[in-house]
Amino acid sequence: MSIIPDLVPVLPELFVAVAGLALLMLGVFRKEDSTRSISVLVIMVLASAMVLVSSLGSDRHTAFNGLFVADRFAGFAKALILLASAFAVAMSLQFLEKERIGRFEYPVLVLFATLGMMMMVSANDFMSLYLGLELQSLSLYVLAAFQRNSLKSTEAGLKYFVLGALASGMLLYGVSLLYGFAGTTSFEGLANVFAGGHGHGVKPGLGIIAGLVFVLAGLSFKISAVPFHMWAPDVYEGAPTPVTAFFAVAPKIAALCLLVRVMTGPFGDLTEQWRQVVTFISIGSMAVGAFAAIAQTNIKRLMAYSSIGHVGFVLVGVAAGSNLGIQGVLIYLAIYLFMNVGTFAVILSMRQKGRMVEGIADLAGLSKTNPVMAFVMAVLMFSMAGIPPLAGFWGKFYVFMAAIEAQLYTLAILGVLSSVVSAFYYLRIIKIMYFDEPDEALDRPVGRSMALVMAVSTLVVLAFTFVPAPLVTGAKAAASVLFPAAG
Amino acid sequence: MNDWPLLSLTTFLPLLGALFILTIRGEAEVVTRNARAVALLTSIATFIVSLFIAVKFNGASPDFQFKETATWFPGTTIAYSMGVDGVSMWFVILSTFLTPLCILSSFAGVTKRVKEYMVAFLILETMMVGMFCALDLVLFYIFFEGVLIPMFIIIGVWGGPRRVYAAFKLFLYTLLGSVLMLLAMMAIYFEAHTTDIPSLMAHSFPFAMQQWLWLAFFASFAVKVPMWPVHTWLPDAHVEAPTAGSVILAGVLLKMGAYGFLRFSVPMMPDASVYFTPLIYTLSIVAVIYTSLVALVQDDMKKLIAYSSVAHMGYVTIGIFSMTMQGVEGAIFQMLSHGVVSAALFLCVGVVYDRMHTREIKRYGGLTSRMPKYAVVFLFFTMASVGLPGTSGFVGEFLVLLGVFQVNTWVAFFAATGLVLGAAYMLVLYRGVMFGRLVREDLKTILDLDMREVAVFAPLILIVIWMGVYPSTFIDPMHASVAKLIDNYELARAAHEGLSVAAR
Repeated sequence: MSIIPDLVPVLPELFVAVAGLALLMLGVFRKEDSTRSISVLVIMVLASAMVLVSSLGSDRHTAFNGLFVADRFAGFAKALILLASAFAVAMSLQFLEKERIGRFEYPVLVLFATLGMMMMVSANDFMSLYLGLELQSLSLYVLAAFQRNSLKSTEAGLKYFVLGALASGMLLYGVSLLYGFAGTTSFEGLANVFAGGHGHGVKPGLGIIAGLVFVLAGLSFKISAVPFHMWAPDVYEGAPTPVTAFFAVAPKIAALCLLVRVMTGPFGDLTEQWRQVVTFISIGSMAVGAFAAIAQTNIKRLMAYSSIGHVGFVLVGVAAGSNLGIQGVLIYLAIYLFMNVGTFAVILSMRQKGRMVEGIADLAGLSKTNPVMAFVMAVLMFSMAGIPPLAGFWGKFYVFMAAIEAQLYTLAILGVLSSVVSAFYYLRIIKIMYFDEPDEALDRPVGRSMALVMAVSTLVVLAFTFVPAPLVTGAKAAASVLFPAAG
Repeated sequence: MNDWPLLSLTTFLPLLGALFILTIRGEAEVVTRNARAVALLTSIATFIVSLFIAVKFNGASPDFQFKETATWFPGTTIAYSMGVDGVSMWFVILSTFLTPLCILSSFAGVTKRVKEYMVAFLILETMMVGMFCALDLVLFYIFFEGVLIPMFIIIGVWGGPRRVYAAFKLFLYTLLGSVLMLLAMMAIYFEAHTTDIPSLMAHSFPFAMQQWLWLAFFASFAVKVPMWPVHTWLPDAHVEAPTAGSVILAGVLLKMGAYGFLRFSVPMMPDASVYFTPLIYTLSIVAVIYTSLVALVQDDMKKLIAYSSVAHMGYVTIGIFSMTMQGVEGAIFQMLSHGVVSAALFLCVGVVYDRMHTREIKRYGGLTSRMPKYAVVFLFFTMASVGLPGTSGFVGEFLVLLGVFQVNTWVAFFAATGLVLGAAYMLVLYRGVMFGRLVREDLKTILDLDMREVAVFAPLILIVIWMGVYPSTFIDPMHASVAKLIDNYELARAAHEGLSVAAR
């Protein structure tokens, strides 16, 4: 086996890694502040990486002796991650400049985090999984504490780091148990080990189950699912807002796709064993996301609980563990990306007299002072609540359809009920914007990049119902590679 | 004109108008004027287009007509599929008929943020019409739920003092019922492998499954109808909504639940429908008697009419589940009649509310001397609501009672008491507002109906008389579809009975 063809599937990652190093050098050697130019370059790198990902084709390739896999599922996930990162960088620039914390390391760190996420979704072995996860996490820890002068931001960074390290430890411990009992860390190897047991009715041993649970716990932390969600509200609130916007989307997508790959790949034959755990996590996340968000007054905290809730809904699709379920997960994530990016563009535009404000009450009467932004936010909130005909409905529709197909009726019923509860606080934001009288108007104009992000996300959310085919077909193709038997 | 997609046109024309209004820029006053004009013209155009549906409709055929299909969600059977039969056709017309009147009537009542108001109303029209035309489960659900968004905004922004409470209650109540229905729809999909409504009507589900499905659909439709005891959102929503909002709510939105029973519960789950018929009868009778009594003691005009709506809808559900030709046709006719009459009554309340800004019955009295034209109009609709022969209200109630009498005389008896109570509360309302001596100072300068208001009421009066004097125009196109509905139902029943006999 020669080394050259082996590297073709890794081309996007190699490109991003080399570009990241080059941009870091560029930033160091330039005398003046180069945040703006490097941000633009990072966006271009992300766009090129997207082209590379899409040019790889749809066949399944492995590299590094099976440690790394590039298939349609990875391609779909990478496209979402790259898109989310590009949005995040584009939204950060204005904030960094206004808050005077612009440093060129910021976009470069986002780039490295993105590289880590790309590795995660392409992992085909617990070793490479851990490498990607840690590269991502370490970059994110630094980003959370990026606003060095702010007590809250440094606290957020530290909190995230300590708890994140704990979660990584749990994950590693789980992996070591799995290795001890199954003798391999490769996804294919593990799948082969478990395939026999299921067919002959032999139950996997306690060690395997314990390892599985620890791996799940570690990953649940990364996606901030209940009961490992406690860090999310504090980190979301403390971190600089564009970082929060980044946290809420790209790492979530990466970690969820990783979870899907692990659960359907190596543990594909242990569905009965992990389904109850995932179901429990899912119900917990939906309920906490729905009830805890009601009392929030800070919009970033609210978004933290909202994302916990969304993770719960995505996990409904994972719990189904079927082709349809994974398709639903991918559709949900794609729509979630646009909804969240748009919402954070609005949050980042919440300034009064040049100062950032984060209270939900600061949106009061927005429909009078800035009708366009209020409309954008209202569309996004209705969509997050899952009200048709907006895109958010279809995400929920697909995951619940998968749950019904898998006959997880209790999960589905609890899920839709918590979606009704969560509708309450999304409606509350609309109520504050539309029904209440304005107090102090937000600053205008909102800036071109923000306006663009808002426009794109709103259009996607509005138009999805009319042209669902591209996303649905893409997600279907991506999901079906995880279920080769079903074709 | 034969191959024009008439239904899609009717559905999406208002949406186009709404998009057009969004592009209007300029001086506040000009925007207001143009928004009103565009909204009115769009809704009238939509009504005219929808008349083609009524004219071209073939009443002899029980099938869905004007069918349109397009692929929508690849990999599933979910398709964009539209069509109307004798049951749904009139509801489309009802929606397109009431919308221009609502828009016209709110020229005076709504003065702030007119542009947004008109946009919300046109979007609402799209959702309503689409819902009655949808021939795909998921498409139906999209429109059914989509109605909530504009309604929430209309009540919340232009409503009364407790509008926020009312808007949230409407939204969350309805959503709670609907999500369960959504799950039931998915279960149907995996059982029958289709979401096409006509095929599903022919599909027979196992009895145990039917019961669960029926309950899930019931959760949604009962809230929407609304049936006692989940009717409490309605008085709040009605009282707080602006006049036109109440009109659409009473006129069309309440019909969505009953339409759902006719379209889904009865044809798709016939055995469960039989099984749960006593439940429906009980709840409906409670609704008829209890809410009529509640209506008797209301101080607020809108609240009184809101409770009367619950009572009238009780007749509709009784009629549907009597499963006789007269009962079902009577129920549909009663819905149409109630759609027009209660809409007109809310408009009547709106007339005095626009002038005096209160709806308390005690604040009025003796208006006949100052407002003779208004007195005539109000009396006419009061009588129509009571069910005076010659008006549309009589035909609907009579047919329902006739239908249910063949099945269950006790139900017919209790339902008939509602007629008496109905006359009581409507006359109390009329006496309180119109008769007596005009003693209040501020009422002495009140003005009678102006030309715009006459233009709003004239078509309503015409329709009510037409429906009352010559109901065949409206009932004939229903015959074939209703007959098919009942035939299929009897067949399914016979099959089920046969099975259970064989099982013994």
